[in-house]
Amino acid sequence: MSSVVKEPSAVSADLERGSSPARDAWHRLRKNRLAVAGGLMLLVLAVLCIAGPWFLRATYQEQNLDLGATPPSAAHWLGTDTLGRDLLVRLLYGGRISIGVGLCATLVALTIGVIYGAVAGYVGGKADAVMMRLVDIIYALPFTIFVILLMVFFGRNIILLFVAIGAVEWLTMARIVRGQVMTLKKMEFIEAAQALGYGHARIIFRHLLPNALGPIIVYATLTIPAVMLLEAFLSFLGLGVQPPMSSWGTLIKDGAEKMEEFWWLLVFPGGIFSLTLFSLNFLGDGLRDALDVRAAKD
Amino acid sequence: MFRFIARRLLQTIPVLLVIITATFFMVRFVPGGPFTSEKALPPEILRNIEAHYGLDQPLWRQYVNYLGQVARGDLGPSFKYTNRSVNEIIGQTLPVSLELGGWALLVALAVGLPLGVLAAVRRNSWLDYACSVIGMIGICVPVYVGGPLFALLFGVYLQWVNVSGWYEGIDRVLPALTLGLAYAAYIMRMTRGGMLEVLGQDYIRTARAKGASEARIVLRHALRGGLLPVVAFLGPAVAGILTGSFVIETVFQIPGLGRQFVISAFSRDYTLILGTVILYATLIVVCNLIVDIAQVWLNPKLKFE
Repeated sequence: MSSVVKEPSAVSADLERGSSPARDAWHRLRKNRLAVAGGLMLLVLAVLCIAGPWFLRATYQEQNLDLGATPPSAAHWLGTDTLGRDLLVRLLYGGRISIGVGLCATLVALTIGVIYGAVAGYVGGKADAVMMRLVDIIYALPFTIFVILLMVFFGRNIILLFVAIGAVEWLTMARIVRGQVMTLKKMEFIEAAQALGYGHARIIFRHLLPNALGPIIVYATLTIPAVMLLEAFLSFLGLGVQPPMSSWGTLIKDGAEKMEEFWWLLVFPGGIFSLTLFSLNFLGDGLRDALDVRAAKD
Repeated sequence: MFRFIARRLLQTIPVLLVIITATFFMVRFVPGGPFTSEKALPPEILRNIEAHYGLDQPLWRQYVNYLGQVARGDLGPSFKYTNRSVNEIIGQTLPVSLELGGWALLVALAVGLPLGVLAAVRRNSWLDYACSVIGMIGICVPVYVGGPLFALLFGVYLQWVNVSGWYEGIDRVLPALTLGLAYAAYIMRMTRGGMLEVLGQDYIRTARAKGASEARIVLRHALRGGLLPVVAFLGPAVAGILTGSFVIETVFQIPGLGRQFVISAFSRDYTLILGTVILYATLIVVCNLIVDIAQVWLNPKLKFE
């Protein structure tokens, strides 16, 4: 997908030449104001989290026990926590981890889940039965114990966080995609593609999946917050982020415990988390609409 | 259809066997046992205890014995709660989690489905945006934040309900709402997405051309197909809701199975872990079977394979 902003004359030139579906989608996405705003917001947040800490004097581990928890002030814009650590700095560092985990783990879950589900749904029969029973098995295995085992064998490691999350999050995606593909493969255009002698891979990736994109994108935008919150649970178990390092999930969890006395410890992490998810959601909805292959051209 | 169900139920046996085997050995490889504590027991006493529970036998023997027990419907004694069997513990905690889960599921469906359908039908209207905002709040606010907030608002300030506990009927309200609304947000988003997908299809245009009323188009023609992704999501979700949520049960002090399970994992209560996993696995398999049946029912083009 090219990211060049075109002048109206260039667009009409495209129309004369005929345009690719990807270019159509990009065009539709750009016209959706909420989606554009969401995308820009995400970009701003990501830049802030990556570059922000370079410009701030405090570090995430700098304590000031005499100061303790203070509400927002000129010195500490978002206040400090009970150990006197600057909340803004911890929030920005936490954002690096949360956004990273959210995007990477979702990408992994998306890739595995979509391919697995599409193949199971398309092939059907015995292979489908075996593949889906495998999904049932992995669903049922006790996640907490799996995490403890990972920790025992490999120690605390942020990479394991991705493994642990990736291992569970693709399952529901696989079931959703399989359901969609099973429905779609009975439709005439797939029959037509088969009659034309196209290969299975081509039918799955070029014909089936583009038509199942709606539920896939919707569920992917739902997976990102779920992953970010799961990370907080795993950090609580000892896998993943340990203090003094922070993530949005752990900050929200700490804030929830102290919300009656120190409101800012919950409000700011919760606020930035919600803002991110709102932006993601609007971008996701915009993408869904833009990539809808059946939508009328405008 | 009956052959389909029978075949799937037969497949359940190897699935459960794999799950039991994997869990059995996974649990044993985690260091620490049910009888390791900060104060070390004298070795001869430890040996006696282990002999009493059969833990002194080789692992494969224990495994075979356990399988035999399970086949007879006996999940063995709990290692942590002396003189209580796993069947007993599950029998006491499961009904609590089932009841809470049932109410929560009702809340989730009653809120999520209608809002999702409305948002899709009135797409890009203020109603759609309002639903979207409410839904995102439900997804953003984790249960361990929402639960205490609800307790603070309705329990402490308004004093309508008790903050925690599980005694009277009214104690069900807060936990069921907290858990249900979290899932309602997901169901709403999935319903909206699924409905939008269907509303753009040719057969909806055909129904419109026939002059069917808007309500009939949405409820009779579109809803069936639009629910497909929701139903696929619901299978594992229902199993998870019904077996109890650790966070909810901790926040509201509810004696349910979800909390019991996490505690058993930390205290290495081997038999209790396995018993809970078997129960959960059975539920997963049954729920996914129901989902697969529902998918065929929702889509007349599919047949039971």
